[in-house]
Amino acid sequence: MSKPIEHDYIGLSEQQLPSMEKSSDKKDGLHLKDTELRLGLPGSESPEREDHDQNVLSLKSFVSGAKRGFSDALDGGGNWVFSGGSGGGTEGLFSPRRGGKNNGGKDLSGSDSGSVLKDGAARKPSVVQEKKPQVAATSSHGNGNIAPASKAQVVGWPPIRSFRKNTMASHPPKNDDGDGNAEAKLGSGCLYVKVSMDGAPYLRKVDLKIYGSYKELSSALEKMFSCFTIGQCGSHGVSGGDGLSESRLIDLLHGSEYVLTYEDKDGDWMLVGDVPWEMFTDSCKRLRIMKSTEAIGLAPRAMEKCKNRT
Amino acid sequence: MIEEEMNLTELDIQENGIDDKGGSWLSCFPESFTSLEVLNFANLSSDINFDALERLVGRCKSMRVLKLNRSVSLEQLQRLLVNAPQLAELGTGSFSEELTFRQYVELESALSNCQNMHTLYGLWDAKGIYLPALYPVCTHLTFLNLSYAALRSDELAKLLAHCPRLKRLWVLDTVEDKGLEAVGLNCPLLEELRVFPADPFDEEIIHGVTEAGFVAVSFGCPRLHYVLYFCRQMTNAAVATIVQNCPDFTHFRLCIMNPGQPDYITNEPMDEAFGAVVKTCTKLQRLSVSGRLTDLTFEYIGRYAKNLETLSVAFAGSSDWGMQCVMGGCSKLRKLEIRDCPFGNAALLSGLEKYESMRSLWMSACNVTMNGCRLLAREMPRLNVEVMKEDGSDDSQADKVYVYRSIAGPRRDAPPSVLTL
Repeated sequence: MSKPIEHDYIGLSEQQLPSMEKSSDKKDGLHLKDTELRLGLPGSESPEREDHDQNVLSLKSFVSGAKRGFSDALDGGGNWVFSGGSGGGTEGLFSPRRGGKNNGGKDLSGSDSGSVLKDGAARKPSVVQEKKPQVAATSSHGNGNIAPASKAQVVGWPPIRSFRKNTMASHPPKNDDGDGNAEAKLGSGCLYVKVSMDGAPYLRKVDLKIYGSYKELSSALEKMFSCFTIGQCGSHGVSGGDGLSESRLIDLLHGSEYVLTYEDKDGDWMLVGDVPWEMFTDSCKRLRIMKSTEAIGLAPRAMEKCKNRT
Repeated sequence: MIEEEMNLTELDIQENGIDDKGGSWLSCFPESFTSLEVLNFANLSSDINFDALERLVGRCKSMRVLKLNRSVSLEQLQRLLVNAPQLAELGTGSFSEELTFRQYVELESALSNCQNMHTLYGLWDAKGIYLPALYPVCTHLTFLNLSYAALRSDELAKLLAHCPRLKRLWVLDTVEDKGLEAVGLNCPLLEELRVFPADPFDEEIIHGVTEAGFVAVSFGCPRLHYVLYFCRQMTNAAVATIVQNCPDFTHFRLCIMNPGQPDYITNEPMDEAFGAVVKTCTKLQRLSVSGRLTDLTFEYIGRYAKNLETLSVAFAGSSDWGMQCVMGGCSKLRKLEIRDCPFGNAALLSGLEKYESMRSLWMSACNVTMNGCRLLAREMPRLNVEVMKEDGSDDSQADKVYVYRSIAGPRRDAPPSVLTL
């Protein structure tokens, strides 16, 4: 994706470029990054965050540095509105980059902000989308209040300096309050956690609250991910085959090919099954179906089985 | 460079997120080199040669400022501090690894020897349990930057109980309103507060700070004059209370993160909030506005903010009149940056006379057209009027405009996407 480079004011888009490349991987739909072995890390940041890294180009100011564009919310009295890339002397120019995909198209409807579109003319904020980047040139001739109509993530907003954004994104703060509410909880009654499987092109989400035991969770996950495993061991190497055959079903709790692990509140990767179910759902932040070969030290049972087989 | 500078006193690698290739630069300082007073490599992402660093710090007895990067561990920090008790400003490395009890005690002891320390940064990923090691240093601290440490309210409260002299505090909004209450209770000398969002892009997060935290600080810290506050809800009444408690604001930067959000209790625009700010804070130099704002906000600003030098506006205003009020009223305005506002050519041109006395104007995603920019450029030949167009946008729209005075003429190094009219 070369567009951001062309529009880079001074030709210095520093740390934004690597994350742009990352996101173009994502655009292929492969999510290769998500299948990387990442033991011990708190997990990669959400796609939205990466896109933001990409989309906010930090442009250095030009000429003598006497000119200032937008700096932002860190040292040196920069201006918070438009994040700049550098600190100290030269402040970055803000470029509300468009291009890059629409982040989930969340709806900035009135409900959250409480804003009601009192008059007809609503002005859309500059959203991240690939086509027609120009903000809806809707008239605001004396009429409309600025009431953003859609809740898509807005480029370059909130105005956080890119250094801070990158820093926080690569090491997200673990916001654990005292009574143990993991951030996975979106509201009472459901507990959605991400499930990744090594080798699968995308992740899934499951609501842990709807299962009562490890067995139920395991069967559900098997069903969810069976499409990625059928045919992997097949002699003819054709995926899909003729439906699920028993020998292909993975028993995630006791299996030897895959090991089911989870990340707990402290960021550690644990083997599923050791603690009582309720304790598990309280502390589980995300799940990962790991290839046994990767699970050295984590699943001695599995390794035993592997050895026995060969 | 290091090899050539024999009398270097300051090596400060600014916050550029530099991706360095290796840590060997530290070894370039020869053993005879002892003059370094400031060493800041907090933003280097890679590991460094710790032995070289330790020796360097040990022999530079005049070193006052040392800002480490994240790769430096707690144990290594202790070793550095033992040899540098004279440090006035310290940026720690990572503050989160497992320590034995003895290591913890040694760290605490090393820190307590730093009697000159008035500024503390870093504290990356700080774990609450190790914060007490800082208590001995806290008594003299005037600037504490916790904006990379996701602390809870109780952790912050305990820490602040030991920081009575604090003048500047930067935190993450993980401390929540309760944490800010502790600020109000413990730091009566506070002059500057910055609260950064830990999760700025996640709209489903229900944590963070609200108007209550800001109000609590204002009651306890009457000397507050600089604030940067990221929040998800605010009310007009709260802001009015805040500026009543703290009338001396010089820098008021409020970011309600949801664009165009009104007072969440009354559902009205936030006009009266900023009206209160400009009416009460006569010394105001810098203002950043947010939330749902009509032209009334800008009428207030134009009428009252007579000392205003920098103004940042986003997703605000109703018509050209708003910007015209500012251009007409703020006589000391130097820097104006606007995005996503309904200001068009009339607004742009209302500042015709003014731009030469200003540092710069930035307008993006507004209603300014190419013709308007051309007219401005024609009328004011000593201004550089630069337009940056977005791909695929209407030919007549001036997507981004940057205007500044120049006696050197148009710049010659502009990339092709920048047109100087």
